[in-house]
Amino acid sequence: MDLISFGDNGWGDELFIATLMTIAVAVTAMLIGFLFALIFTPLKLSKYKILNLIANFYTTVVRGVPELLVIYLFFFGGSGAIMYVAQIFGYYDYIEINAFLTGAISIGIISGAYSTEVFRGAIQSIDKGQFEACHVLGLKKYIYFFKVIMPQMLRLAIPNLSNVWQITLKDTSLISVTGLVEIMRQSYIAAGSTRDPLFFYSFAALLYLMLTYLSMKFINKLEKNYSRGY
Amino acid sequence: MDLELIITSFPKLLSATVVTLKLLSASLFFGLFLGLFFAILRLNKNILISGFAYGYSYVFRGTPLLVQIFIIYFGLGQIEYLRTTFLWVILKEPYWCAIIAFSLNTGAYTSEILRSAFETIKPGIIEAGKSLGLNKVFIFTKIQIPIAIKQSLPAYGNEIILMLKGTSLASTVTLLDITGVAKFIISTTFRPIEVFIVAGSIYLFITFLVHNIIKYLEKKYSYQ
Repeated sequence: MDLISFGDNGWGDELFIATLMTIAVAVTAMLIGFLFALIFTPLKLSKYKILNLIANFYTTVVRGVPELLVIYLFFFGGSGAIMYVAQIFGYYDYIEINAFLTGAISIGIISGAYSTEVFRGAIQSIDKGQFEACHVLGLKKYIYFFKVIMPQMLRLAIPNLSNVWQITLKDTSLISVTGLVEIMRQSYIAAGSTRDPLFFYSFAALLYLMLTYLSMKFINKLEKNYSRGY
Repeated sequence: MDLELIITSFPKLLSATVVTLKLLSASLFFGLFLGLFFAILRLNKNILISGFAYGYSYVFRGTPLLVQIFIIYFGLGQIEYLRTTFLWVILKEPYWCAIIAFSLNTGAYTSEILRSAFETIKPGIIEAGKSLGLNKVFIFTKIQIPIAIKQSLPAYGNEIILMLKGTSLASTVTLLDITGVAKFIISTTFRPIEVFIVAGSIYLFITFLVHNIIKYLEKKYSYQ
């Protein structure tokens, strides 16, 4: 138990901060994912074939390629790409984007692909009459979307979004390869310095289990809240 | 865009595909048996037995695959006793450690898929079997399993694709699968985009194949 005590002798405080880091990355990635979903869901549902094609390309490629490969792409290619853009604007110094952003963006793009599919499914399963009623009533576009479609869509989407959240949360462990100190990386450091990998990796597993358990509890509450009318 | 690198890295990544496919098929093979075993346990009326199966699937689905591999590869080697048994022959090899971790992981997901498939079988079908005087084993192997296979095919197809992506984690325990080789090429040439295109296309191609095979099987197993 000394190993996970707080203070200079134990790894408790380090692991606690690492857990917060994992949560921070997962939440950021999820939000970035929503941003991507917000762009690509309308493209998926669009009438134009070319827009459908773009959105399908995004979701198919990202969901068909290992997460680790995507992370390597951004980890090794991220700063290069930004420097290339910066050079066009006449900035020639070395730019390094930090591990947090690299991780959050790469996981966010992955989670965005899953979210897009979830939102598409949810919108498609809303009763057609709802859309038609909005047209007939002549509602403004944003009222139509935020007051009519969104609440119904969220009710249908939340159970599947909770899966996406679980995937995103577990994917954050892969960011440890970029050196960001989250649970996995911190356990790796602790295991290396104490020569007790079994304990620390098991403890990391326990932390992840705790996170998934707590988030399930939270999401169940949310789900109840959104299905009040049913 | 460096076309030459794309051409030179293709054969290297293609030979690494063999490793990925070996890992995938081995873990799916063992995982299917584990999944079936734990799905049967889940349906047991004894709370202790079904609770054990539930705990297994909860733990392996609630933690990242990376942690599971690290516990098995780095963690188990720490137990002195294990080093003296024959198990050490297996556990010192990263290849087998990866397969054990993947099998346990996919076993957990498969058990959930099969459990829900077994649960959706209408009780009337089983009762019909019973009233015909068929014994339990016969009902299970000839009635329940074929229906469950058909029910669970779409979900199992997804699981195969998830597992394919999961095998990329073998590269973290020094194995040279597609992702491992891709990382090696990227870190020596610093050309991530070209390598990503080649490695990604190989993965997508395998995904495409799996998708179509499952689609074909679904058609074959559907009623008429």
